[in-house]
Amino acid sequence: MHFFLEPGFFSNAPVRTALLLGAVVAAVSAVVGVITVVRSQSFAGHALTDVATAGGSGAYYLGVGALWGFLGGSLAGAGAMELIGVQRVRRRDLATGIVLGAATGLSALFLYLDTTVKATTGATQQILFGSIFSVSSSTIPYVAIFGGLVVLMMAIMRRPLLLTSLSSEIASSQGVRVRMVGVLFMFCLAVSVGLSSIAIGSILSTALLIGPAATALRVARSIAAATFLAIGLGIISTWLGILLAYDSFYWDPSSQGLPVSFFIVAICFVFYVFSGIALSRRRAQETRRPVATDSALSAEGR
Amino acid sequence: MSIDGKGTPPVLEVDGVSVSFGSRNILHNVSFELRAGEFTGLIGSNGVGKTTLLRVILGLQPISTGSVRVLGAPLSKRSRALGYVPQKVLLDPDVPMRARDLVALGLDAHKFGFSRRSATEREKVEEILVAVDAESFADARIGSLSGGEQQRVLIAHALISSPKLLLLDEPLANLDPGSVQEVVALLHRVAKDHGVSILLSAHEMNALLPVMDRIVYVSNGRVASGTTDEVVRSDVLSELYGHHVDVIQLHGRIFVVAEPGTSAEDVPEHPRYQVD
Amino acid sequence: MFTGFMVNAWQVGTIVAVVAGVVGFFVVLRGAAFPAHAIPNGAFAGAAGANLIGLNPLLGLGVFSALAALGIGGLGKRGRPDVATALALVLMLALGAAFLSQSTQYEPEIYSLLFGEILGVSSTQILPTLLLGLASVLAIAVLYRRLLLTSLLPDVAASKGVDPYRVDVMFLLVVGLATTMTVPVVGALLIFSLMIGPPAAARTLTSRPGAALWLSVSFSLLTIWIAIAASYQTNWPVGFYVGVISAAWYLAARTYVRTQSFLVLRRRVI
Ligand SMILES: Nc1ncnc2c1ncn2[C@@H]1O[C@H](COP(=O)(O)OP(=O)(O)O)[C@@H](O)[C@H]1O
Ligand SMILES: [Mg+2]
Repeated sequence: MHFFLEPGFFSNAPVRTALLLGAVVAAVSAVVGVITVVRSQSFAGHALTDVATAGGSGAYYLGVGALWGFLGGSLAGAGAMELIGVQRVRRRDLATGIVLGAATGLSALFLYLDTTVKATTGATQQILFGSIFSVSSSTIPYVAIFGGLVVLMMAIMRRPLLLTSLSSEIASSQGVRVRMVGVLFMFCLAVSVGLSSIAIGSILSTALLIGPAATALRVARSIAAATFLAIGLGIISTWLGILLAYDSFYWDPSSQGLPVSFFIVAICFVFYVFSGIALSRRRAQETRRPVATDSALSAEGR
Repeated sequence: MSIDGKGTPPVLEVDGVSVSFGSRNILHNVSFELRAGEFTGLIGSNGVGKTTLLRVILGLQPISTGSVRVLGAPLSKRSRALGYVPQKVLLDPDVPMRARDLVALGLDAHKFGFSRRSATEREKVEEILVAVDAESFADARIGSLSGGEQQRVLIAHALISSPKLLLLDEPLANLDPGSVQEVVALLHRVAKDHGVSILLSAHEMNALLPVMDRIVYVSNGRVASGTTDEVVRSDVLSELYGHHVDVIQLHGRIFVVAEPGTSAEDVPEHPRYQVD
Repeated sequence: MFTGFMVNAWQVGTIVAVVAGVVGFFVVLRGAAFPAHAIPNGAFAGAAGANLIGLNPLLGLGVFSALAALGIGGLGKRGRPDVATALALVLMLALGAAFLSQSTQYEPEIYSLLFGEILGVSSTQILPTLLLGLASVLAIAVLYRRLLLTSLLPDVAASKGVDPYRVDVMFLLVVGLATTMTVPVVGALLIFSLMIGPPAAARTLTSRPGAALWLSVSFSLLTIWIAIAASYQTNWPVGFYVGVISAAWYLAARTYVRTQSFLVLRRRVI
């Protein structure tokens, strides 16, 4: 026990903040992530972290609160993607890419200005990779409020969103406002990604958005079950990662420990790989399932 | 508004509709009507504009001229009088949704909010699954179902909101001959039991001959409509194609044959490879 | 502006632009923007790792580019491609973060690996860049028809015995190769901008593959040349100009096409 739970783990204030913040962000990311994966919008989900980062580094230079920089950047990026055409599947990849490319250029400029003009060191690494241990606890209320808003919106529009994600043609023939649902979802994605980018850094933002959701979608029986499973997996990965990172300071006294993001990503990835094994097992069972008729024409997904 | 014998308006009136993409005119001054309870085939070779026409009826495709009326009223996007089964629906095997979940979305996917489904609604889902012979795979992941099974689930999804008109885009295109018969019989039965009119597009009409009340034949951006006997005749189709075609009946099947030298590609029995 | 170290910048920049224009054309055609973003990021982790154990960064870049390409291909075979790319990407980045945490790398080095240092290119870098660039373009030339076929007509390709999956992995490896040569020069993040904006603009303007390829290379060259000159004049990072000008090409092309079709419509109405 002593080796696993190093002394002082729970009495350490940054650790407590990290545990709380990590759980909230992991849960919100999981809720949004499930639909992100179903809609095949992982690229947008990841690109928005980089766009949020550009906003964050801009805010840093201008002296505006970083939270607003990240959120503003992310929302502006989502708006630009929407304008260029993220709602059309064929143009989605490009729209995301163009916005990401431009945002990266802006990041380059702001980070340069941050380090040279403001003579701050560590900005590049801090803003790009973030660290869950360095977030001030004053961020927590904002994260909770915005996160709660996103989860509420997702719950309210879950049915239109689901049908739109399966087939926008069928959805619009049924009277679903496909475009509006798409825009609202991009809003949720942008807020969720902006929050997680500032709270836990851009690497973890993508990892927690996609990893647990993709894992859960493979093994769960319904979207609702997948969502709850993803929340659970996200929180477990986050807490276990924080614990291991904290412990890693003690593994080798001369080293500086390993970053949290490394552990959390590794755990998410292990879950995903295991779910792949579970999936191939289930596929094998399903092929043995007696099929009613026309089994000759099995639907090839891709 | 035209009134049929019983004094009710037609289910669908398409009046002088034209559609063009850029400089290409796909549909030109297309008009026809569908009556209540009828099974209509929308027949034409690949690329003539069948899907476009169905999308016009659904209000998904802007038109340059003309009008579409459903149950005597102009098109409204929020109308629930139409059910639609598109040609290509890629149901992803990675999405954890059972067949019955998709069917249930037909009841309430257009609504925002938290409402739970009532017992009557759940019963309705069961009934419709039975009606399309889908109860045996109602709990399987939709993505893991075969093409024919998925199609029945999509038909159930479209039917559950009790539409007056069901539009199906090439539902027979990717089925083996046995399944084609099954689906056609199923649709015929469902149409009678649920009192729904059917407009079904196909590039091959023979499988539909036993059940089809009327035919809407598309070629060159124009249509000819009426009963099969009225439309599938050498003079009517030659006029439509713009060059001479023969209609040959053989063992209860109908073949439309172009003269050698004219472009055989227009004729439905010679589907063109189409990149999409 | 055209003397001393700037000569290196112009030469290397030109090579990079040609390669990005050619490879990027297929990135856009195949809808492979996400892998094209992920591979250079993964390569960045490799450079950090090589630095940690005292190896040549080019080796780290090469190994990790290839790993990223194979990882994306491998994971994508059994799951959703975009999920596979996202997970491969974060795994590489997390490794990079771990490497950085162990090393005492000086911040400007990280910055230049990410955003490029084209104005600090030394003459010893020209030859490796040229060789790797030639290899990338050659690989594309060899794969050209298969790439076009699998991108435009996947069903036809499959019926002709071309395995789309293998073509995909080979293509990702080419992206990795191009990445290896360009990262030390324009940085892990900016090579992506160069591979997306100019080709996307080219494809908007013409639908003929050959013409689009030439346009793509031309836009890409102009981007780099303007960026170098502007960066020299203003001292602002070259990456900023590359990112913003690349995106501007696409927006300009879209606006041009829109205005054209609007004018055509007006003419027809009048
Ligand atoms: N959105 C579009 N933009 C441009 N051309 C289109 C579009 N949709 C369809 N077309 C063209 O219109 C023609 C009719 O298409 P479609 O209605 O799909 O035919 P069908 O369903 O009869 O096979 C085709 O030549 C197709 O290429
Ligand atoms: Mg069609």
